[in-house]
Amino acid sequence: MINQSPTNLWLMIIALAVTAYLFKIFGLVILGSRQLPKVVDRCLGLIPAALLSALVAKDTFSIGQSLVIDARVAGFTVAVIAAWRRAPLIVVVVLAAGATALVRAV
Amino acid sequence: MKRFFTPLAEPAVRRVVIASLTLGGAVGVFALSFGVASVSAGASVWQTCALSLFVFTGASQFSAMSVVGAGGSLAAAFGGAALLAARNFVYGLALSSSAKSMAGSLPRRIFAAHFVIDETTALALAQESPRLRKIAFWTTGIALFSFWNLGTLIGALAGSAIDPQKFGLDIAFPAAFIVMLLPHLRSNIGRQAAALGGVLCLISISFVPIGIPILIAASAVLVGLRK
Repeated sequence: MINQSPTNLWLMIIALAVTAYLFKIFGLVILGSRQLPKVVDRCLGLIPAALLSALVAKDTFSIGQSLVIDARVAGFTVAVIAAWRRAPLIVVVVLAAGATALVRAV
Repeated sequence: MKRFFTPLAEPAVRRVVIASLTLGGAVGVFALSFGVASVSAGASVWQTCALSLFVFTGASQFSAMSVVGAGGSLAAAFGGAALLAARNFVYGLALSSSAKSMAGSLPRRIFAAHFVIDETTALALAQESPRLRKIAFWTTGIALFSFWNLGTLIGALAGSAIDPQKFGLDIAFPAAFIVMLLPHLRSNIGRQAAALGGVLCLISISFVPIGIPILIAASAVLVGLRK
């Protein structure tokens, strides 16, 4: 699990808070209504697709630097089906956690 | 008080307020799972709440704690989260032409910037008149901020009281990411970026330090250069 000191984690939280706020205020107040080039706009819009998918892959199929297949795959499968069937988030998380816990228990 | 409630008699205003509150409730549930997952990943209750209060942009918070929980460096955790926060810059640009009518004076706009996130942008830009846009931005902003932080606190307290592994809660991060990812898969180019991002991450996991695969996956946005 975690191998960070609480102080360093606090520093990361502060840095992230400042960065997130700067992004927000740069668009809203500082740059104003200038237009970004279309291609930059399109690439920035793709960041969530690329990163969220990578995060799903990492959190499901790896521990540290090793690729592993374990009980989480059951939770992942259930989560994909539930999310695709438009279940509310809480249902998706509970079903996925339930499936993972069940596979671990048997 | 009367002055505050009178606009609610107007159907258009009522619709906006109801939409904001509904969204707020849904986001509160998201926050519950963030609270649980963040303390499971090793943050304290205070740190988890600070993330929601001061970072206040969901995907970045989830991403940062997911990398920290996996044992990644803080720099890698910060990098991925900052990239995800970059889209708020685009939202700010989109809202900036209405910023003066929404928030008024410069100090108020500086304060309003904290609320520039997915949901406030979507609801504000969906309104036709500047007045409704202002109402949508502030009601959504305040409702989300309240529900997000309340949900985080409850989730963090609950999460520190149980053994997360036993209840399969390590799957809470990817499950939430899947829900967040789905809307981005509607377009062809979104699917390409997601597929490439996932593959790049899996390929690089064994070869680079923990957390860096997320940054490598970000290069998948370059599929946006074509077309």
